[in-house]
Amino acid sequence: MTQPIWILPALPFVGFLVLALAGRYLPKKGIAATGIGAIALSFLYALYLGTAFLSDPAHRMEFTLWEWIRIDSFVPSLSLSIDSLTYIFILVITGVGGLIHWYSAEYMAEEEGYARFFAYMNLFVGFMLTLVMASNLLVLYLGWEGVGLCSYLLIGFFYRDPANNYAARKAFIVTRIGDTALLIGLLLLIREFGTLDIQTISNNATSVLGANTALATAVALLLLGGAVGKSAQLPLQVWLPDAMAGPSPVSALIHAATMVTAGVYLVARTHALFILSPLAMQTVAIIGALTLLIAAISALFQYDIKRVLAYSTISQIGYMFLALGVGAWSAAIFHFVIHAFFKALLFLAAGAVILALHHEQNMFKMGGLYKKLPTIFWTFLIGSLSLAALPFISGGFFSKDSIIWYALASTNGNILLWTLATVGAFITSLYTFRMIFITFFGTEKTHVHYIPGKTMTIPLIVLAILTTFGGYIELPHNIAHVQLFSEFLSASLPAVSIKSTLPPEGILQLVVAILSLAGIGLAYQLYYKTEPTYKTSPVRQFFLQGWNFDKLYDTLFVRPFVWVSKTNASDAIDEVFDYVGLQLKKLGNTLAMSINGQINWYLASMVIGFIILIVFMIW
Amino acid sequence: MIPYEIQILVAAFLFAIGLIGLLTRRNLIFMLMSVEIMMNAGAFAFVASGARWTQADGQVMFLFVLTVAAAEVAVALALLILMHKHFKTVDTNQLNSLKN
Repeated sequence: MTQPIWILPALPFVGFLVLALAGRYLPKKGIAATGIGAIALSFLYALYLGTAFLSDPAHRMEFTLWEWIRIDSFVPSLSLSIDSLTYIFILVITGVGGLIHWYSAEYMAEEEGYARFFAYMNLFVGFMLTLVMASNLLVLYLGWEGVGLCSYLLIGFFYRDPANNYAARKAFIVTRIGDTALLIGLLLLIREFGTLDIQTISNNATSVLGANTALATAVALLLLGGAVGKSAQLPLQVWLPDAMAGPSPVSALIHAATMVTAGVYLVARTHALFILSPLAMQTVAIIGALTLLIAAISALFQYDIKRVLAYSTISQIGYMFLALGVGAWSAAIFHFVIHAFFKALLFLAAGAVILALHHEQNMFKMGGLYKKLPTIFWTFLIGSLSLAALPFISGGFFSKDSIIWYALASTNGNILLWTLATVGAFITSLYTFRMIFITFFGTEKTHVHYIPGKTMTIPLIVLAILTTFGGYIELPHNIAHVQLFSEFLSASLPAVSIKSTLPPEGILQLVVAILSLAGIGLAYQLYYKTEPTYKTSPVRQFFLQGWNFDKLYDTLFVRPFVWVSKTNASDAIDEVFDYVGLQLKKLGNTLAMSINGQINWYLASMVIGFIILIVFMIW
Repeated sequence: MIPYEIQILVAAFLFAIGLIGLLTRRNLIFMLMSVEIMMNAGAFAFVASGARWTQADGQVMFLFVLTVAAAEVAVALALLILMHKHFKTVDTNQLNSLKN
């Protein structure tokens, strides 16, 4: 029997429609119940569907709604499918998404546009589910653009401030560059395969494209272009820090936990195409390694708590790309899951702090909050431990450790990637605990005026539990044989291929563990022992601005483009039309002078006109 | 019997008097009178033509012109009175609010 899996994305879409059309007539409780209920029902249905996977991880569900377009032999249908990879994404999107909706019910209570907020959030979840459930790439592209739209709407949610609108446009335009590459890639695929069905493409990839050909590399790199844009990787990472203009729950849901990992999903989903091109795989790994380091260093110099988290998101997704690049597919997805837990937790806790301090985002104006906000502090600390990958007691350790290990051990891995990832891990724990010490310790600088209630703290606690214990389902294989996660994914993603001769894994794990502890220790020395103050210098400014990528792009692309547009605005052809228009206007003005309100003048004109007519007739 | 050409010339002469009066006068009452003269000139031409071709139509048309002229005077005079009440003048130089 075919399961009606279309219900999964349909529920949030229905929620969106109800909120968009009737939101203004509903009381606040009704709005929150509709918004949360749609996601919660979706989550429960996903759990019910999951029972089929318990017995058989290779299980696959499909549902075709209808034929979408018919162009000659290219007939894509609106069809959805669920396999183990998709199922994990569905659980994270609806599960973490549901918790964030729940949290938002209190967080957004004082803001105007309550219904609008929940409507956009539901719309986002709907599109994200469409994206991951798509069984052909055209449907995936539909979801892809849909989440881009929701991201734009939610970054610019507080639309009264022009800066937010600017950030929203920036996010939209920068990701559009990647989307264009993706679209070209899809068109190439249509030309070569005549279809966009993911299974057909995966099965025939080798015979149609051929291994290690220029065509295979081109396709993989174009798809990567889309992934890089959406996932804020080098060189299109500039939009994500500005995207923090949106409300904190939005940052948690879209710009940390789910949407930005769409690029990871895309690469994992089309892994059959990437495997064909070693060059593309190398590019993915290098982009990931460079991004994780560049973003981690930028995070070290931020003063806005949300921007620290934004850069750490870019950096963590860099780890996922690194894992994808070395062929450690399930390690990347595992890090995605753990990252979704702890990054959503960190953003929500940061949001609670910001709300408690009356919209203060500058860490250097916080301080001493661990006594005032104990629940927030402990949950934030648990999330931070995961981000810093503290050995054994945090989920982040298990997921990040396997990525760093595969960066060396995989056949695509090498010592350089491993070094970059390890240095990144050290910097990560340094900036994470810099954030903790500055925000929660030291002297209190801003008075706490609001203690977040249960609606906000319960999701935090749930996420903290998931963060801590989520890691135990996949342990490093030299410690214990528990690999539930990669076994579950083995039906959808190939296993990683390992080099034959390798240094002992335990020693390398120890190095990474010691480095992350050293990062915490250094942060303790620098930011706990002495009262931290914010200093500026040209070098700090450079990293604060994210390596001045914005300025670079401004000089390279934005200004020349604006110059060309301005020059083109008055070219020769325009002059001709302008001249004609001007002359017609003058003529009109002259004729208008005859309308002077004098009846005699009108009469005389009539008589003269009549005489002229008669003269012509007699002739 | 006066020749037909002379009759038409008289009609044209009358019409010209009316037209010149209409164009040169500033007072609406005089302009209205000029219009009446022009109408009668036209009616005169009809009667003359009716006699020339021995057809009754010319005289019938004259009756019509009379009716129309009566109606026109009734309406136009009513307008004039209202205009005078409203603007305190019937001088067309000052009645130029149609401008713009």
